[in-house]
Amino acid sequence: MNLTTIYNVFIRDFRKQKKRITLTVIALGWGTISIMVMLAFGEGLHRQLMQNKRGLGEGIGILWGGQTQIPYKGMGKGRPIRFTSEDVEFIEQRVPNISLISGEMHRWGARVRYKDNVLSEHITGIGPEFEHMRAHIPERGSRMINELDMQLRRRVVFLGDEMKANLFGEEDAVGKTVFIDEIPFTVVGVMKHKMQMSNYSGHDLSKGSIPLTTFEAIYGRRYLGNIVYQAHDLDRMADIEKQLYSVLGAKFQFDPEDESALSIWDVVAGMKEMSNILLGIQIFLGIIGGLTLIIAGVGVANIMYVSIKERTREIGIKMAVGARRGYILVQFLLEALIITFGGGIGGILISYVLTEGFRRMPIESDVLDFMGRPVLSPEIGVTVVIILGAVGIVAGLFPAMRAASVSPVESLRYE
Amino acid sequence: MAHNVIYMKQVKKRYQTGQVFFDALRGIDLRVEQGELIAVVGPSGSGKSTLMNIMGCLDVPTGGVYKLDDKVVNTLTSNQLADIRNKKIGFVFQAFNLLPYATAYENVEVPLLFARVSGKKRRERVHELLARVGLADKMANKPTEMSGGEMQRVAIARALANEPDIILADEPTGNLDSKSGGAIVKLFEELHDSGKTIVMITHDKSIAERAQRVVRLKDGLNDTNGDLS
Repeated sequence: MNLTTIYNVFIRDFRKQKKRITLTVIALGWGTISIMVMLAFGEGLHRQLMQNKRGLGEGIGILWGGQTQIPYKGMGKGRPIRFTSEDVEFIEQRVPNISLISGEMHRWGARVRYKDNVLSEHITGIGPEFEHMRAHIPERGSRMINELDMQLRRRVVFLGDEMKANLFGEEDAVGKTVFIDEIPFTVVGVMKHKMQMSNYSGHDLSKGSIPLTTFEAIYGRRYLGNIVYQAHDLDRMADIEKQLYSVLGAKFQFDPEDESALSIWDVVAGMKEMSNILLGIQIFLGIIGGLTLIIAGVGVANIMYVSIKERTREIGIKMAVGARRGYILVQFLLEALIITFGGGIGGILISYVLTEGFRRMPIESDVLDFMGRPVLSPEIGVTVVIILGAVGIVAGLFPAMRAASVSPVESLRYE
Repeated sequence: MAHNVIYMKQVKKRYQTGQVFFDALRGIDLRVEQGELIAVVGPSGSGKSTLMNIMGCLDVPTGGVYKLDDKVVNTLTSNQLADIRNKKIGFVFQAFNLLPYATAYENVEVPLLFARVSGKKRRERVHELLARVGLADKMANKPTEMSGGEMQRVAIARALANEPDIILADEPTGNLDSKSGGAIVKLFEELHDSGKTIVMITHDKSIAERAQRVVRLKDGLNDTNGDLS
C-alpha cells in the first residue's frame, strides 16, 4: 500500500491508542536517552583517560638497569647493570627501531629558591628529546631545553607548571634566575599544563628539568637513573625490548634471557590494556542502557498485539483482495519501526542536547579532569540506531508474524 | 460446450476444533461455465459460505478436487492463492468489507496496489471503475459517509479492479433495502452481460430467479431436488 495509506492507518491507530502509544514512545525515548548518555559518558571517560595517559608520553618505553639473576660466562649472579650517557648513544646506534632516546638523572629533595620562596623538589637532568617523548611542551613564549644547552652545559631550567606557580605565583618566570642547591639557573621555559595519569618518578608538573650534561657536571654523577626511548612504530615495542636485551647483554655480559638484568616499562602495552578495559566499561554501560530499551520494546510488542487484534478484519479484507502474507508482515513491522524510531529519534535529540549542554557547562573540577565530559561519537549514534532497529524488528516481528498467519476466512468473520 | 471456469468434484471441508469435527461440506460437485450467472441457495448452515470461500481461494478444501481454470487449487501456496484472489476473482460480501479508514478511492485502489499497477494507470482505473458503478462524485468519501447501497457499489468496483473473470458475491443484497438491493442486482446483470462469470449466494428468491442456473445446497451436499448440471 502506498505511504499515505500506511500513514493514515498509523494516525488512526494512534488516536485509538493515544495513551498507550504515548507512554511507549516515552519509554523508548527514555531508553534511548539512557543508552546514549551512558555511552557518551563512557566515551568521554575513554577519551579523557587516554589523553591523561598520554601525559606521560606516547609510544614510549622506560628502561632501568637491573641485577643479573643468571650466572653468565663465569660471572656470578647479582651483578648490577648501570647505564651511563655513553650507553644511550650505544643503544641509539644499535637498535634501529628507536626514534628518540635520552638518559635521565634524578635528584629528589633539591633546594629550589626564588627570592624568599624555597621549595624542596625533584630536579631531573634530561635531554631535549623529552619535549616530544615525554610531552614536556613549553608554554607560549618559552622553550624547552635544547641541543645547545646540552653542548654548553648551560645552567638553564625548564619548570613544571606547578613548580613555577609555587615559586613565582602570577609573576612571569622566563628569564628570571632561580637557585637550585644555591647554584643560579636561568628559567627558559615553563611546561604547559597537562594531565598525567601515570608516572615513574613523580608528576612532571612539580619537577624542574635541567640539561643532563649540566646535571652530570654539577652533581658529579656518572650513572643514569633511567633511559627513556620512543619507537618509530608502536607495533615494534616488543621487538625493541628483545633487541635491548641482546644488544645490552653483549655489552654488559649478561644472558639475554636474564629478565631481571633490565627492567622495562612498555607504556604502549599499558595503553592498549587500558583501552581494552575502557572498551569493556563502555560495553557494560551500553548493555545497561540497552536493557532499558528492551523493556520499552516489550511495550511496542504489546501495542502491536492489541492493534493487530483490533485490525483482524482489515487484515482479512486485504487478504481477500490479494495481499500476500509477506505484505501483512511488512506492514506491521513498519508500524512497529515507526513507533520505535519515533521514540528513538526523540531520545537521540534529547541526549544530544543534554550531552552538548553538559560539555559546554563552564565547570572546573578535578573530577571532570579525570572523568572527562560526555561525548557523542558517530559510533554511538550508529550503535543506538542499530539497537533501536533491532528492538523495533523483534518487537514487531512476532505480532506481525501472527497477523500474517491468520486465516483470511477467520479474520473476515472477526467482529 | 463452453469452458468450465470452476470445476469441483466431491469437494469436502472439515473443520476441527480439538477432538471435535465438523463437516461443513461433505462432497460437493459443481461446474461453472465461462460467462454463467449462477445463484447458490440453501438454508443457513448448508455450507454456502464455506463453498464460496473455497471457490474464492480464501480457504482450501480438505478433500476432493477443485480446479480453477483447469488448475488444481488444492495444493497451491498461500502466495499463489493470494495472487489468484487478486487477479482472477472479485469478491463482494454481504457486510461490504471496506477498509473503514480509507476513502472510496483508496478502497478501490487496494487490489491495484497489490497487483503493482503503476501510479498513473492506477488513477485512471480507479476513476473508471467508480464512474462505472455511478460513484464518480463520492470518490473522497469514507464508508461512514456513504449509504449501504453506495458502500456495496464501492465493493463491486473494488472486485472489478483487476478485471477478474469471476465475481463471487456472498449475499450482496442481504444488508440492503429493496431499492438499493435492486440497483445492485441490476449492476450484476450488467456485469454478466459484459461476459463475467458470476456466482452469487442469495436468500432472495426474486434474485435467484434471474440466474441462469440455481445450485441448491443442503447439509453440505448438493440438494438433488434442485437443478444440477
